[in-house]
Amino acid sequence: MTTPAPVTAPSPAKAPARRSRRLAGAGAVVRRRLLVAVPILAATSVGMFALGAASPIDPAQQYAGAAAFTASEENLAQIRANWGVDDPLPVQYLRWVGNLLQGDLGWSTSRHEPVTAVLAARAGWTLLLVGAALALVLVASLLLGTLAAYRRGGWFDRALRTTAYTVQSMPVFWLALAAIALFALTLGWLPAGGLTDITATSTEPADVARHLILPVTVLAVAQAPWFVLFVRDAVADSLRDDHVLAARARGLPGRTVLFGHALRTALLPFLTLVGTHLPELIGGAVLVETVFSLPGLGAVTVHAALGSDFPLLAATTLATTVVVLAANLATDLAYAAADPRVRLDD
Amino acid sequence: MGTSVSKRATAMAVAGVLALAGCSSPTTTSTAAGGAGPLVVATAGEPDTLNPVLNYGVDGGSLIFDGLVARDARNQLVPALARELPTVSPDGRTVTVKLRDGVLFHDGSPFTAQDVVFTYQAVLDPKVDSTLRSDLDMLASVTAPDPSTVVFSLKYAYAPFPQRLALGIVPAKALAGQDVNKAEFNRKPVGTGPYRVTSWTPGDRLVLAANEKYWDGRPANSGVVVAFVPDDNVRAQRMRAGEFDVAELAPKLTTGFDGQAGYRVERVPTADYRGVMLPAGNPVTADLAVRRALNAAVDRAAMVTGLLGGAGEPAYGPVPPTSEFAEPSIVGKPAADPAAATAALDAAGWRPGPDGIRVKDGRQAAFSLMYPAPDSLRKELALAVTADAKKVGIKITPEGLTWDAITPRMKSDALVMGYGTPYDPDFVSYKLFGSAFAGQGFFNPGSYRSAVVDKALQDGRANADPATRKAAYATFQKQLGTDMPWVFLTYLQHTYVVKDAVAGVTPRVEPHEHDVANSLWWNIHTWTRKS
Repeated sequence: MTTPAPVTAPSPAKAPARRSRRLAGAGAVVRRRLLVAVPILAATSVGMFALGAASPIDPAQQYAGAAAFTASEENLAQIRANWGVDDPLPVQYLRWVGNLLQGDLGWSTSRHEPVTAVLAARAGWTLLLVGAALALVLVASLLLGTLAAYRRGGWFDRALRTTAYTVQSMPVFWLALAAIALFALTLGWLPAGGLTDITATSTEPADVARHLILPVTVLAVAQAPWFVLFVRDAVADSLRDDHVLAARARGLPGRTVLFGHALRTALLPFLTLVGTHLPELIGGAVLVETVFSLPGLGAVTVHAALGSDFPLLAATTLATTVVVLAANLATDLAYAAADPRVRLDD
Repeated sequence: MGTSVSKRATAMAVAGVLALAGCSSPTTTSTAAGGAGPLVVATAGEPDTLNPVLNYGVDGGSLIFDGLVARDARNQLVPALARELPTVSPDGRTVTVKLRDGVLFHDGSPFTAQDVVFTYQAVLDPKVDSTLRSDLDMLASVTAPDPSTVVFSLKYAYAPFPQRLALGIVPAKALAGQDVNKAEFNRKPVGTGPYRVTSWTPGDRLVLAANEKYWDGRPANSGVVVAFVPDDNVRAQRMRAGEFDVAELAPKLTTGFDGQAGYRVERVPTADYRGVMLPAGNPVTADLAVRRALNAAVDRAAMVTGLLGGAGEPAYGPVPPTSEFAEPSIVGKPAADPAAATAALDAAGWRPGPDGIRVKDGRQAAFSLMYPAPDSLRKELALAVTADAKKVGIKITPEGLTWDAITPRMKSDALVMGYGTPYDPDFVSYKLFGSAFAGQGFFNPGSYRSAVVDKALQDGRANADPATRKAAYATFQKQLGTDMPWVFLTYLQHTYVVKDAVAGVTPRVEPHEHDVANSLWWNIHTWTRKS
């Protein structure tokens, strides 16, 4: 969310020293960000607990499910006492922090297992889904956006923009159901859901990959419009920049001008966009996981929220915060690496 | 820099294309169509744990565990880990169970009386987070005088106690000395049942393999895969794609499979009813004439066809018509009878006001009807009742709320509720209609009080004699039919789509809760698939 303000610096004189000089001060930035991250994470976790305390939902009733209607109040009170969820909020919070510092993320009341076990079993699938979708979005939007900008106003540009606006207006779960109807039912090319074939005896990478094609593509398509339109506009703008016009005037080939000069200029704000859109991508992953019955973090997070399961909720929120902070840091470092005017050692 | 970015982009694109190409080659895992593969069933309901002590498969049919008793296709008790049905002492307070010999747990260890004692003591242990304790509050102690006998001592005579013995038995050895709430066992359980757990990926599937040494004969199939697919539409689509042998589906989604080659639809009756609780604390709903008028005004037939897609039947009382305790005189008209409703209101002095809403002593016949907002069926029922009541001059304001908003208002506002058990009329009705539980949370929230009902419910649980019990519950049902503390609307049916190739499916009346345990596949170990 914070990007270093561009600072004018003398352009580097010698090529070999360029990279190291650009990233000079990266260590200091990382250290500073880590220092800032601590209060942010603390505030996030306190916020989680405060929200949880304000929630009127009784975790014991949620835990009992249908049995809540036949279980006695005494029975439910005993379960709450076993969990310590009736203790004052500061006591609960300090207990949680104490355990966290010992590496224990606590016990998930909605999943009936340690939070670390829930994360270990599920976070990988969510990261794989989000990572693959992000890679697909980046490649596709850079490629398509640049091509559209190159022939601005042409049929490809117009078709791409129309498609992007149309897709942008479709909810991701609708896209997912439509994709299942088309590719799994009508055409029968791809499985409709699950992580592996339902009778598979092991988790074969090829099998998992085949099952992830639809979810990853749907998530990527749902997130792509914003990126595609952004790249297209940014490249179109930079095609009119002086340095690009100059490159053209020097007679450089079109492809070199497009990818080497115009796209490169447009890349910088794009990096920021990726950093800020990561939370949205994670949000979309939750819905995609639900539709494609993938055992990721999405469904359990919703379940945890409905069941006032603070330990799990706090862990997933903190994990997401860490990912977003890390993404912002990576963006800024990449920015500094890509733009000679940006310096980190300020 | 520019070249390195474009190179990297190209590399990523190439990698992506390669990955996609690599994935699209079909894998050769056996599909559900093969004859010898495991049976695949799909459901939305995923258990939180697989430990019976923590409420997994409490009423039997749990595939992994056996209780001392089990239930047959007519929900009658039959011996399972017990050699014969339990014997009850004349005072009704001592229940003795003789155990079956030679039963082995999945890990090869022998089943003994100590395992039974451990299981029930774990349920009673306050440190264990089990809601089952509320159902066993009559249990004082459980002991094992010898390795093949278990004795349950009750605090008071409780005739349906053998019905509570369908709870799966866990091996004491695997859990003793551990924190039952957090034991590894809850995810990797060991039972005596027809299937042992191969793997459980929460959110994805549970893989079960046939227990070759099952005491009741080895299962007729090699195993079962339970797929957990929470979304109804996705489950229907995956069923259509041929992935599952059986899928539990919402009634409206099964209609697409009716008459489709290769599939059949099973509509299974349940004891799960929906009705409107009319609290005694509201001056309008406390008026017997209003309650009778509502009971006559509601169009139950339209609710069954319109809201349930035909998968249900009209309800007139809390004992399902499939139960042996159902009182035959408790029947009504499936269609609305507005004439009877208006007659009842007229006779009681509720006269139509200028706006069509009836008025008596300056009070309008108007009240709020709450329903849990996320429950779409209860919402539709609430709206249907509202529309039917309007026709006879009663104004209902439906309100969709969360449970925490509903709970404090249950004493004075009507509520669409659902309950029911196919097993014993005591199980739910004792707390729901007994005056001792008036105003206690979800037990009798409307504070219904009837000395006749109290006595009948007490007689029903205290007497072991079947004829006495039957008479008691007949009295109970007739009194409810007179007082009408609830307007019962419909019994639901659970609907499943089954592949034609599957043989051995035996539907039985289901309770509300049906997931891995107690669904259409309660006897899946006898199912086969024609190839």
